[in-house]
Amino acid sequence: MTDADIYPPLTDIMRDVLMQDDLELSPELSAKDVEGWDSFKMIEIIMAVEAQFGIKVPSQQLDKLENVGDLVKVISERAKVAS
Amino acid sequence: MSHVALDWLPVPADSRALLRELRAGTAPAGLDAFAQAARHDLDFIQTGRLDHAWQERRAAAGVEASRTLKLAILSSSTTAHLHAGIRVGALRRRLDVEIYQCEYGQFRQELLDPGSALHAFAPDVALVALDAHHLVSSARLEAEGATADAAAARVIAELSGLWRLIRDRLRTPILQQAALPVDPELMGENEHRLAASPAWFLDSFNHALRASASQEGVHLVAVDRHARRHGLLNWHDPAMWHRAKQEIALHAAPFFGDLVGRLLGALRGVSSKVLVLDLDNTVWGGVIGDDGLSGIVLGQGSAAGEAFAAFQRYALMLGQRGVILAVCSKNDEAVAMQAFAEHPEMVLRAPHIASFVANWDDKASNLRRIARELNVGLDSLVFVDDNPFERNLVRRELPIVAVPEVPEDPALVPLRLADAGYFESLDVTGDDRARLQQYQANRQREAMAAEATDLDSYLADLEMRLRWKRFDEIDLARTVQLVNKTNQFNLTTRRIDDEEARAVMNDPDSFGLTFRLVDRYGDNGLIAVVICRREGTAFRIDNWLMSCRVLGRGVEQATLAAVAAEAARAGGDALIGLFAPSAKNGMVREHYDRLGFIRVEADGADDAQAVRYALPLDAVAVDHPAITLQEA
Repeated sequence: MTDADIYPPLTDIMRDVLMQDDLELSPELSAKDVEGWDSFKMIEIIMAVEAQFGIKVPSQQLDKLENVGDLVKVISERAKVAS
Repeated sequence: MSHVALDWLPVPADSRALLRELRAGTAPAGLDAFAQAARHDLDFIQTGRLDHAWQERRAAAGVEASRTLKLAILSSSTTAHLHAGIRVGALRRRLDVEIYQCEYGQFRQELLDPGSALHAFAPDVALVALDAHHLVSSARLEAEGATADAAAARVIAELSGLWRLIRDRLRTPILQQAALPVDPELMGENEHRLAASPAWFLDSFNHALRASASQEGVHLVAVDRHARRHGLLNWHDPAMWHRAKQEIALHAAPFFGDLVGRLLGALRGVSSKVLVLDLDNTVWGGVIGDDGLSGIVLGQGSAAGEAFAAFQRYALMLGQRGVILAVCSKNDEAVAMQAFAEHPEMVLRAPHIASFVANWDDKASNLRRIARELNVGLDSLVFVDDNPFERNLVRRELPIVAVPEVPEDPALVPLRLADAGYFESLDVTGDDRARLQQYQANRQREAMAAEATDLDSYLADLEMRLRWKRFDEIDLARTVQLVNKTNQFNLTTRRIDDEEARAVMNDPDSFGLTFRLVDRYGDNGLIAVVICRREGTAFRIDNWLMSCRVLGRGVEQATLAAVAAEAARAGGDALIGLFAPSAKNGMVREHYDRLGFIRVEADGADDAQAVRYALPLDAVAVDHPAITLQEA
């Protein structure tokens, strides 16, 4: 799964969860850049991502996520394992 | 792990468009439009967005007081992620819920401190949600000689103390969440042989909780049953427990919210009351008009036939526990009736059906007719039809009628209806069980009315006796239930709970009366409630409500005679009547005018929204020739 497959659905999820319909994602974007992106919103994002891409991200990997780029990388690796 | 579906609701074609419409409509969307949007199978994100839109809108939406409710959540771990689901679950029942969340694990302090934010919030209902980790820790299973049963009894005794504290301090009804069975087995299949097993303790706790909660009048949110049905891992994600102390997973939050919503609805008396059934391909297979009596698929001989019969049995059992059954079918009446009279495999028979409408009119008109015939609101109806066209037509024409998605396989229909929770009830009273018979008796009465040439002689022939008495413990549950579910013949639509009913019993300056109507066809059960409070030398009628089943029989006049007698006995010299208009009680707008009361100004009274009436006791002139009053 390429970044081009991941960004559009991930953007939809993050816009919905963070309730910002004009949010644009970039690999460097992180919680400190977006108002309201707290640890609870992060869980919502993860749960939605897991359902959307049919993957399960282990706790160890979640603990290391710093920004959108990290998340996209995890999705692309896990989706590869799953497919 | 995936979304725990609300699969009785349609999946939204485009949930973003749904929200855009709510925000951008020509007229700003109100409670009903949001309720309609909520009646979709929304996942937690869609639920969150709808909730967010409603929170922005609700202050301006002008929701009437009888449809608002304040809920306090007392929990031992994170529950904030469940709020949106609860609010949307309530919205589905046209209730606007405001939530106060106690600090996790701090609710005891807040209960004990009268100056706390919890007390300032003044909740209408309290939800106690204790996570399994908290319960297992308080069970102290590692103690020498502990057994799961004894530990469960001890933890429940502590919990009962909490319930009493809530009753004492908040005076609210209590919802108690059952334990989610999250702990893994240590022994295996014979886990119950290990005294210190957390898994077995949670099972024992949930078992013992049922009896104690019923004894104490506490209502359960039975998440354990649903988690088992859907699979525990769909309800509980251990990773999210460790990350954020969320015991119920986000994917189950909309379903959990609906469970709480339906209980709040039951407390407010807005649960559905009538199951309306289509016939062809819903209660039997095939089309009776085409296939004939012998051609329909029903009962032994095929799997589908057995499944249709099983669905009929489920409907009948709902009927026996108090749900009213009706038929709405496009058929010739005689042809449809023939199946009920003659088909040997029919489980449902004509006497089980309180309103039988089979004709070629559109179903929306026929559902209106059924509601009128049964004297219930359209929002009391649940319409089950296999045909998506008819379902969508009714949803569009009558958005207030509940129309579940029906699985193609009849074998799955009973479970679908049970999951939907439309008929959520808190108490099984004798009156509920007897209702099926009452509606049958009503049909006989109506048949007699059709024959009688004038109303007075018809009423006289009924030999009605109105039995009244002061509130007592025996009828308490029935009384509270009637007060909270009656919308149409209800002068003030003031709701009460058990505590308030008891307070009326014990207050020398108040009296509450219950009324039963018996006639030659049977006992109509508890049909009216009146609560009066002293105001100077008069008694003010704060509640007067009556079941619509007994309309048009002169019961109001006889009721007034009893109220006047009791007010005189308590030393009063006049009655004050209140009428508080609501969306549903238009039929009693002139109730007090009809009874000879005089309208008065409400100078300085605290119930300024209500229209006030007065009537001196010596001016009470009541005429109820057809009814004999009997003090019980």
